Amino acid sequence: MQISARRVDKTTIFDVSGDIDLANSPEIRKALLREVKENRTPKVVMNLSKVRYIDSSGVASLVEGLKASRDAGSRFILYGLSPSAREVLQLSRLLKIFEVYDNEEQAMAA
Amino acid sequence: MSQDLLLKLELHSNPNLLCVVRGAMERLTEVFGFSAPDCRSVTRAVDEALTNIMRHSYGGRLDRPIGMLCRRVQKRPAAARGHGLEILLRDRGPAVDPAKLRGRLLDEIKPGGLGLHFICQSMDTVEFKRMRGMNQLRLVKYLQPPKQNCNS
Repeated sequence: MQISARRVDKTTIFDVSGDIDLANSPEIRKALLREVKENRTPKVVMNLSKVRYIDSSGVASLVEGLKASRDAGSRFILYGLSPSAREVLQLSRLLKIFEVYDNEEQAMAA
Repeated sequence: MSQDLLLKLELHSNPNLLCVVRGAMERLTEVFGFSAPDCRSVTRAVDEALTNIMRHSYGGRLDRPIGMLCRRVQKRPAAARGHGLEILLRDRGPAVDPAKLRGRLLDEIKPGGLGLHFICQSMDTVEFKRMRGMNQLRLVKYLQPPKQNCNS
């Protein structure tokens, strides 16, 4: 798994590639919480278009990011979900809880 | 070796190996004849079960043994026709309280506790037992019969 950050105006976009599982979800969690809590970024966007698989620990990291952003009054957005990632959010009844878009253009315009 | 044995793996409780098992399960379920969504479901269930063993049974230790066995099983009663994929996962961690093997309610938005829910949603059978000093999780997924064509 690889994660890198881009800054566009007041938005931070995390580009993630590879699978998110127990081996690396703590890295996702750490990056998200730092951006939301320490850097106080008003809008954080996760580009998941190159993520093929997310396990429950990855979902838990995304939920922590969402909760932290709600506490901080910022926005937390996902885009580019693979079928597997979409299924996992549906199974956990979280798909409607997150702000989800198909692509970066929509996520940035939101 | 039994004709029904499809795959046998011995691995350490290292999360870096999860992607290796997922790769094997993706291919195995595909060869077995599952639909693409069912391939993803079975792979997810095995991945989550291994994650639970690594986190809870072995408390994050990386060097503990996990055994995995996949074999073809017949649907019971035999008259029902069709077969399924049985996956046995064994670990040597402390005995697990079966009462704790329940997925949490999904009403609350909070991290954690989703793995068992995913396993139960994905598989037709989920059974846990303690035997000979080992925990054994048995997962079974049956092949769906092909849909009948209305014109045939």
